[in-house]
Amino acid sequence: MRRRKDGRTEGRKGRSRRVRLVELAHARSGDKGDTANVGLIALKPRYYPILVEQVTAARVARHFQGMITGTVERYELPNLLALNFLLHGALDGGGTMSLKTDAQGKVFSTALLRLEIDIEVPR
Amino acid sequence: MTSRRGQPTVRIAAGQGFWGDWLEAPYRQVTGGPIDYLMMDYLAEVTMSILQKQKSRDPTLGYATDFLPSMERILPVLGARRIKVTANAGGVNPRACAEAVAEAARRLGLAGKLRIGVVTGDDLLGRLDALLARGHALKNLDTGRSLHEVRDRVLSANAYLGAWPVAAALRQGADVVITGRVTDTGLTLAPLIHAFGWRPDAWDLLAAGTVAGHTIECGAQCSGGNCLVDWEKIPDLANVGYPIVEAHPDGTFEVAKHPGTGGRITVGGVTEQLVYEMGDPTQYITPDCIADFTTIRLEQAGQDRVRVSGVRGRPATDKLKVSIAYFYGYKAVGTLVYAWPDAYQKAQAADRVLRQRLADLGLRFEAILTEFVGADATHGPLARRSAPLDALPEVQLRVGVRSTDKPAVERFTREIAPLILNGPPSVTGFAGGRPKPEEIVAYWPALIDKQVVEPCVEVVDV
Repeated sequence: MRRRKDGRTEGRKGRSRRVRLVELAHARSGDKGDTANVGLIALKPRYYPILVEQVTAARVARHFQGMITGTVERYELPNLLALNFLLHGALDGGGTMSLKTDAQGKVFSTALLRLEIDIEVPR
Repeated sequence: MTSRRGQPTVRIAAGQGFWGDWLEAPYRQVTGGPIDYLMMDYLAEVTMSILQKQKSRDPTLGYATDFLPSMERILPVLGARRIKVTANAGGVNPRACAEAVAEAARRLGLAGKLRIGVVTGDDLLGRLDALLARGHALKNLDTGRSLHEVRDRVLSANAYLGAWPVAAALRQGADVVITGRVTDTGLTLAPLIHAFGWRPDAWDLLAAGTVAGHTIECGAQCSGGNCLVDWEKIPDLANVGYPIVEAHPDGTFEVAKHPGTGGRITVGGVTEQLVYEMGDPTQYITPDCIADFTTIRLEQAGQDRVRVSGVRGRPATDKLKVSIAYFYGYKAVGTLVYAWPDAYQKAQAADRVLRQRLADLGLRFEAILTEFVGADATHGPLARRSAPLDALPEVQLRVGVRSTDKPAVERFTREIAPLILNGPPSVTGFAGGRPKPEEIVAYWPALIDKQVVEPCVEVVDV
């Protein structure tokens, strides 16, 4: 794979383009104690396999480095074109304990949508 | 019960998604079109402890007081339209709540025309020591710690009851069922059990009714509210229609709203609500069943109408979740606003000054958290990386402290205002005055054997 001048890459399978998740998915998040959950939902059925392949628990854990103290779990809901992420230790104790503006994890949803991934673009 | 396309149909409308939700919604739901039940959910995890405190000061309180004016407004309509109500507004004092509603009904000339059901038995506070002595450890589900560690600071303890006692109250003729800590989903499942005669081991049907409950338990959050997908195209949120489940005996249902209302009901929006506060989607555990959210099928069945089918369930567990609240300590949050130029840098400098003063005073806190609202309060380092930090027009410095030492928290609240005159420049936004120390009531989730909790159902004529 080689990088072109415009920042896109070209490999055997075709060109790829770097996109933010917000172009491929929508999301909603909430809390359970000190854990935030983010439901990530593909905007189109053909985006779902891309999310499954690229938005792994490890990738999401790296994305939220410095923002969460625990691990990340991922669950698949292919029927809803959705992935559910549990971000443990995300809420400074959660509920009434938390000092955070987002004590209930309401906007971890859009924070996940900042994640950048590479997608194949047909030639 | 009516019929829609040849199938018996029960319509359950969501009237409140939490205590503090839109006061107009219940009235609009009972007058905006045909419904059979109005479901109102008032209880969040920490609500019970707030209510317990109110009850300890005044034995006639301890329930969601918002419920009363809502009921006064809709009571005259319910009878003529044959609408029944399920609500967990009773908090830690369902009987007092029921008595207040009965009094309102009598004032409205409804004596002899209304039956109120009361579901209790969830409150374990008075039984806590006996339960612990009998070996029910009530260990913290998240940390595994023993309840003995905080026993002397426990403020409330309530088991989550399910749909069956609510269904029993409906079977005994209740028009309005007022409960303590009944699950949000149970308030929707109960009318379906009652109307369709679902059996206690009909796991797929109970799971379907549970999914129906989860879909509408947060009110307008499934009909256009807080909806991210195409949010700017959602029409007339000022008149948002709260959701209505139109359910059938086979467990399929449609999510709809009254005609002429705002908002939007689409597969995308309903999906957002389904994944909200979700754990393992294959086991959504309630007292009534385990619902498997990976079996749900959604399809757009018309404008503002989503059809839900395919839900599979498994047998309920032999445990109930218990929500325990205990006194933890104190916290306070102070804010100041810094203006351009160098707004972010000034707020950072003020934070350094404040922290040095707190340290010099020898104050100890379990946690000090600084956020720069306008830069990183919501998305943290992810936002800081791309924000134009040198050019922000304004930044709110927001500092919070937490401690078991009340004087330390109180002293912190006195260290914010001085920064206006003796800290970095271009600062404003202190009109609200000194922040107030707030008591922290912490949440302790636990499990208990189902058999030791006995729900109690009473139905009385007004």
